[in-house]
Amino acid sequence: MSVIEIHGLRKSYRVYQKKEGLLASFSGLFHREYREVNAVKGIDLTVDKGEFVAFLGPNGAGKTTTLKLLSGVITPTAGEARVLGYVPWERENDYRRRFALVMGQKNQLWWDLPAQESFQLHQKIYGIEPTAFKQTKDELVDLLGVAKLLGQPVRELSLGERMKMELIAALLHSPEVLFLDEPTIGLDVVAQHNIQKFLKHYQQVRGITILLTSHYMKDVAALCKRVVIIAGGEIVHDGSLEGVIDRFSDYKILTVDFADDRMPSDLARFGEVRELAPPRAKIEVDRNQIASVLTNVLANYSILDVSVEDPPLEEVIASLFALTEKQQRDSQDANIATTAANVAAAGKN
Amino acid sequence: MLARAQIWWTVFTMCVAERLAYRGDFVLGTTMRFLPMITQIFLWTAVFASSSNGTMVGFTRNDIVAYYLLTMVARAFSSMPGLASGIAGQIRNGEIKKFLIQPIDLIGFSLLARMGHKLVYYGVALGPFALVFYLCRDYFPGWPPAEYMAAFLLSLVLSFLLGFFLEASLGLAGFWTLEISSLLFVYMLFNFFFSGHMFPLEILPEPWRTWVGWLPLKYLAYFPAAVFLEKIPPEQLWQEMALMGAWTLFFMLLSRRLMHAGFRRYSGYGG
Repeated sequence: MSVIEIHGLRKSYRVYQKKEGLLASFSGLFHREYREVNAVKGIDLTVDKGEFVAFLGPNGAGKTTTLKLLSGVITPTAGEARVLGYVPWERENDYRRRFALVMGQKNQLWWDLPAQESFQLHQKIYGIEPTAFKQTKDELVDLLGVAKLLGQPVRELSLGERMKMELIAALLHSPEVLFLDEPTIGLDVVAQHNIQKFLKHYQQVRGITILLTSHYMKDVAALCKRVVIIAGGEIVHDGSLEGVIDRFSDYKILTVDFADDRMPSDLARFGEVRELAPPRAKIEVDRNQIASVLTNVLANYSILDVSVEDPPLEEVIASLFALTEKQQRDSQDANIATTAANVAAAGKN
Repeated sequence: MLARAQIWWTVFTMCVAERLAYRGDFVLGTTMRFLPMITQIFLWTAVFASSSNGTMVGFTRNDIVAYYLLTMVARAFSSMPGLASGIAGQIRNGEIKKFLIQPIDLIGFSLLARMGHKLVYYGVALGPFALVFYLCRDYFPGWPPAEYMAAFLLSLVLSFLLGFFLEASLGLAGFWTLEISSLLFVYMLFNFFFSGHMFPLEILPEPWRTWVGWLPLKYLAYFPAAVFLEKIPPEQLWQEMALMGAWTLFFMLLSRRLMHAGFRRYSGYGG
């Protein structure tokens, strides 16, 4: 059953383009140039109940904008979206009681008061029955191990502790859909791991639908079976994490330990040599060539050990982001050139 | 209805708790507000000392000191420090999002928060206020008749609501301009002179006095004080009260309109 349905969702912003310098600041008082930024360019997406989906993409790709659209924070320029059957930007209270949004960089708790007072407020705002509230709160506090911190003003909590409290506040009303925007940003490895462990457990037990954006591949690898990659406001991949490597990586890494230090000098003929620490060599080999290269190496050299691995996920995603960004820049340049040519042609006519 | 009352009560108690979080700031902020009263009494005493007939546009020295003390009471209700800039700041830095994603009303929440803050302030300031008024009791002509007293008390409540919705509307303009400090500066300037905070509006020459009479600003300081001192003729008293109510309603509706329109154009600034 689909919980989130998005069709042709589009969001554009008009952004002021200020030129550098004091003179430009003054001229900006009289004339301003704006640029249209297409943050989300007509995406289609369906998410079923109980799915844990990761949104990956470089900065400015449109991930957070999509979450803001789905949580009703902003209104789209065009397109349709329904979450739990509601149009998010109509902001019906019935809908707002059934989802939660946690932003890693934003604090929704009362800064000067202990988190438990914010929890009380959430109980009243969301109309949670006292028994259910106590049960859920105790369960969440126990899972996240923050019982001793409940009476401490939020401003005195560490970033990791604050994020745990944010999660509790967001989950008190047992939302059916949870939007997480970089929930582990700025956290140390231990805190990241704790949050991951908690989210995984909570999602499995409750079966809620979660959309997560994160720059940490470990978050994604630990939590999500499905990955949606957004770049330049468009979905470029929707599938499994393993599928990202299969689809976007055109090489494998061949690691060979040569016997008796007899390392050939012409390894470059097999592919790009990434690491050379005799007797070990790591070579990037074209996927299509891997079988023949391996046969060749095994047949012609004395080998102690050999392994073939996929490149690290971070590397594949980083090169994918770089590629899509380059394509977008090229496309923008082409558009500007076309516009300039049209203007010049119009001037001549 | 009960659930709504419970929300209001929780928000209200949390705002009170929040106001008391910083003890030093709270005590200093509450007690130091009495300093301007003393300086104004000295100022007007000096002004009247240089006056030949001892009156000014129908006000004696005692009248004007009493007027000033009463405007201080009115402003304790109608002034909203940090409200407009706070709302605009939330728009700019993205904190406003919580009012979009949670089932809670921004204006209602801010009103309750302000009530909480004011109540704590009144609770603590009541003692010093009473002391100042007791020490200055000879400046006052005496208690007004019951009708005027009732109008005075009602005007204080309305001045609180008018001040709140007016400044909330200014803050919500931040959805369009993001930065409202200049707008606030202009508003504070007009407020300073035309609310009657600095001097009784009778001092203004015509046509300024008539023009200022059309503005809502006079209800924030001048009007409650003038009611207490019976400067408003009986035939105009309830007519003026009705006008004050109408301005309050106007700004209440305006702030709601601005909030909804602002939410529609909000771009989710601040991450």
